[in-house]
This record gives sequence, structure tokens and C-alpha cells, in this order.
Amino acid sequence: MSDIVLELNSVVKRFGENEVLRGVSLQLHRHEVVCLIGASGSGKSTLLRCANLLETIDAGSISLFGQPLQDKRIDPDLVRRHIGMVFQSFNLFPHLSVLENILLGPVNALKRKREDVNEEAMELLERIGLRARANDFPDRLSGGQQQRVAIVRSLAMKPSLLLLDEVTSALDPTLVGEVLDLLRDLAHSGTTMLIATHEMNFARDVAHQVAYLEAGVLVEQGTPASIFSHPQHEATRKFLERVS
Amino acid sequence: MTLDPDVASSDETPNLFTRRRSRVLTGRRGLAAATLSSVLVFGALFAVLFTTSGGATLRADFFSPHQMWLAWTGDPRLGLLAIRDGIFTNIWMFLLSEALVLALGLAIAWIRITQSSVLLPFRIMATAYTDTFRGVPLLLVVMMVGYGLPILNFGFLSRQSPAVYGVMALTLTYSSYVAEVIRAGIFSVPNGQLLAARSLGLTQASTMRLVILPQAIRTVIPPLLNDFISLQKDTALVSILGAVEVTRAAQIFQSTVFNESGLVVAALFFLILTIPMTRYTDHLMARDRARRLVGS
Repeated sequence: MSDIVLELNSVVKRFGENEVLRGVSLQLHRHEVVCLIGASGSGKSTLLRCANLLETIDAGSISLFGQPLQDKRIDPDLVRRHIGMVFQSFNLFPHLSVLENILLGPVNALKRKREDVNEEAMELLERIGLRARANDFPDRLSGGQQQRVAIVRSLAMKPSLLLLDEVTSALDPTLVGEVLDLLRDLAHSGTTMLIATHEMNFARDVAHQVAYLEAGVLVEQGTPASIFSHPQHEATRKFLERVS
Repeated sequence: MTLDPDVASSDETPNLFTRRRSRVLTGRRGLAAATLSSVLVFGALFAVLFTTSGGATLRADFFSPHQMWLAWTGDPRLGLLAIRDGIFTNIWMFLLSEALVLALGLAIAWIRITQSSVLLPFRIMATAYTDTFRGVPLLLVVMMVGYGLPILNFGFLSRQSPAVYGVMALTLTYSSYVAEVIRAGIFSVPNGQLLAARSLGLTQASTMRLVILPQAIRTVIPPLLNDFISLQKDTALVSILGAVEVTRAAQIFQSTVFNESGLVVAALFFLILTIPMTRYTDHLMARDRARRLVGS
């Protein structure tokens, strides 16, 4: 199929003796939202980091738009400019204002003119209702606001795909909703996303595909309806019982 | 699950009142106690200084206003250099050294944290450099540079003034300290910052310049200023090369007039120079600490 954005083929990743990913294969199509579920330590974060080359894989292959990322001629910086990533701990740059956080990538990585990006950045802030906070520093914002800024910071790069690594796990329960609402908006407007999450209800609502990882193995994958209502594997069933 | 109730928690009501006699005095009583003890202690010190014969000798030897003025203004007939003529030498020596130290320290720190295999020889040199100059006494470095370079016949390098050799020695030694301070600052920036910057497609160099270093420098400003305070004081060591600076003038005064008041004038010069910076550094550290307490 020509609309495959990201494809992982039998990806293996080891940290020393510890095999964190044991031959994971996964496809992500354009406009598709795939949620990765699984216990902490099952390899979800590692999988996301391998996908944008923050980690190098030990075996298997990953391709983005059909181009093999393990090829020596691939420029990792170019790859990452097409993949947005949002982290559990926000990782906003504390020495830069909210607006400067958003401008940094487009201006310094894409070499776009500041004046051109400025307007787009303000529109993105408008979209998350934080236009008035553009000149504040991140530590003046709540966790939920910071995470929403982190999300639009990666959107400012106009990525082909967004990777989200448990983006609500570090948030106060009262602030989770605003972040998930933003992700729902993005999903409805057709953003391609690979989301590692512990929010099962969110996964059920938003995902086109849900993949269950356990100990570095992709145990099963399917539509939310099939995974949550009729899990095929004993391991998936047990995990879902524990988290519900 | 059952727990032994004795292990789980105590049923006794604890007594929380202090058994110590003295309590910290607060309010008006605290102020009165502080005033009284200060008057007694400082009064006793001044009494010793101004009533005993030893006190009189001490004042005449170290704090004679007349001698201090003579040391400050100098006297060509007696062969005395003026301390006031030396201060600019100290000032330009430390200003120039500080600028060079910052540049060289940053470069060395940067080299030491690179990972490229091509740069390995430079990493080895940078490590050897910091190990060496943190370990060798500055006085020896001053002598090696100041006595050594002139006899080596290295052209331009061998024809400099003692003060310039002093700047070289100070820069060599202090760059190694500052490089380590900056390196520690770089390591103090959370790894998530690096991941976030690289995820935006920033190159390694841009990440360093725009994300890591600005945060690292902010955390190392207080220790950096501490090193600069030391550096300012250590311009005194250049006096052994014969550079006409404050310490040298004071030393000549001392060995000619046999009075220590000139040394006190020199000491006052360094104090006037360093105390504002010391206070400022303390202020920055207090602010930093307050901010971190709020953040936790």
C-alpha cells in the first residue's frame, strides 16, 4: 500500500543483556491513529524512540515513507524533522518563552524566517487557548498547559507523524482531560499518530488500531472493539482486567 | 492480611515539649541579647587594640595612616613604587584573563563531552590538560611561563612583559578549573532537554548552542564567579616576575620602610575588588536555592 507512513519490521532493541524489543512489526498508515498499550517496561517508549532514531536498533528495519532508516545515507536530523515527538515529562525549554519554544524548531532546524513562523505559532497557541501566555516562561504554566504547548511545539514543524509517549502520565488527574481533548481534535483532523498510553478509554475512543505490547513482544493488534471486547490472547485479557 | 498491632503503630501518646533548658530567643528579647553580646565581644577586642602596648605596636606596624598614604602615593626618592600606579595592572590582568579563561574553558569543556571517534586525540589532550593544570600550583606555572618563555627564543612569545606572562599563566591554570565547572553544568541539564531538541530535528551543534549551554551556563554562574574571585586575588602572584602591580609595590614598601601598612593597603585593594563580587555571588546562590525550593 502506498499510504504507509511508518513501518517496523521485526525490530529488535537490546540494552546490554536486556532485550527490550523482541522482533516487533507494526504499520502506521496516513491519517491513522495507533495506540500502544502495555505495562510500564513493556517497550512502548523504546519503540517510539527507535522510530525517530533517538535509539539505534539492533536488528530488523524501520522505514519512513518507504525509505529504510537504517541506510547509512539517511540523515537522522532530516528524519526527525518529519516526526514530532512529545514526552511524558513535557521537556519544554525552561530558558525560553512559550513562543520561543515553538519557534525554535522551525527557525533553527527548518531555517524558516522568524516573521513567517511567528504568525503560525500564535495561531497554534490560539488553538489551545494560550495565545495570551505566549511570552510567559514554561514554569508559569500548569502541567496540562505545558504539555499542550509541547504538543503544538511539535506541530509547528508540520510533521508527517506524531509520536506521543505517555503524555498524560505525569499530569495531575484534573489536567489529563484538556490534553486528551487536544489529541482527540488532532485525531479528528487526520493527524497520523502513534500513541503510547495508559488511558484505555481514550484508546478505545480515538484509536483506529490498538496494539498490546508485553515484555518487548507485540502480542496482538486490532481495532479497539476487537482488542477491548474480544482479546484473542490470554496475556491481553489479563492486562485489560488489571487496568480496568 | 494481618499485622502485629505492636509493630504497626504505637498506642502511647508522645510528649512533644522540649526538655532543653534554653530556647531560641525571639523578638525583643532576642534583639537585646544580640546587642549585648556584640557590644561585649567587639568592645573587648577594641579595648585590647587601643589600650595595650602590643595593640599600639600592631597599629603602628599595620595600620599607620601616614605609612599607608606613603605606600599609596609612592616616593621616587626612596625608590618606592606607588600602589595606586599598580592597580591598573592588576585590573587589566584579571579582566583579560577572565575573558580568555571563559573562551578556553568553554572550548575544553566542549571537546571533553564530544563523542566523535575522530576527536579522540583532542579529548585525550583536553583531559590531560585539565588534570595537569588543576594539579600544578599556580605559582609554579607563573614561574615556568614567566622565567621560561623569555629564554626559549620563541620570537614574539619570548618578548612579552611580566604582566603578559602573568595573564598566560592565570589563563592556563584557571581554564582548567572553569572547563570542569562548565562540564559539570552541561551534565546538570536533564537528558529530556537533549531528547526534545533532537526530536525537533536540531543538529547536535544547534542543540548544544541553543538548548544545553544556555541552561548550563545559568547553573554555573555562581561557581564561575567564585573562580573569578580567586583569579582576581591570584594576580598578586605575578609580582614574583617583577610586574609592577599592587603586591609588588607593597612588598617593596615593606622591605624598604620595614612597615606592614603598605601590605594592608594592597589587601584593602583586593577586598574592595572582591567583596562586591562575593556578595553578588552569594545573592545569586540564594536566589537559585530559593527557586529550586519552589520548584520541588
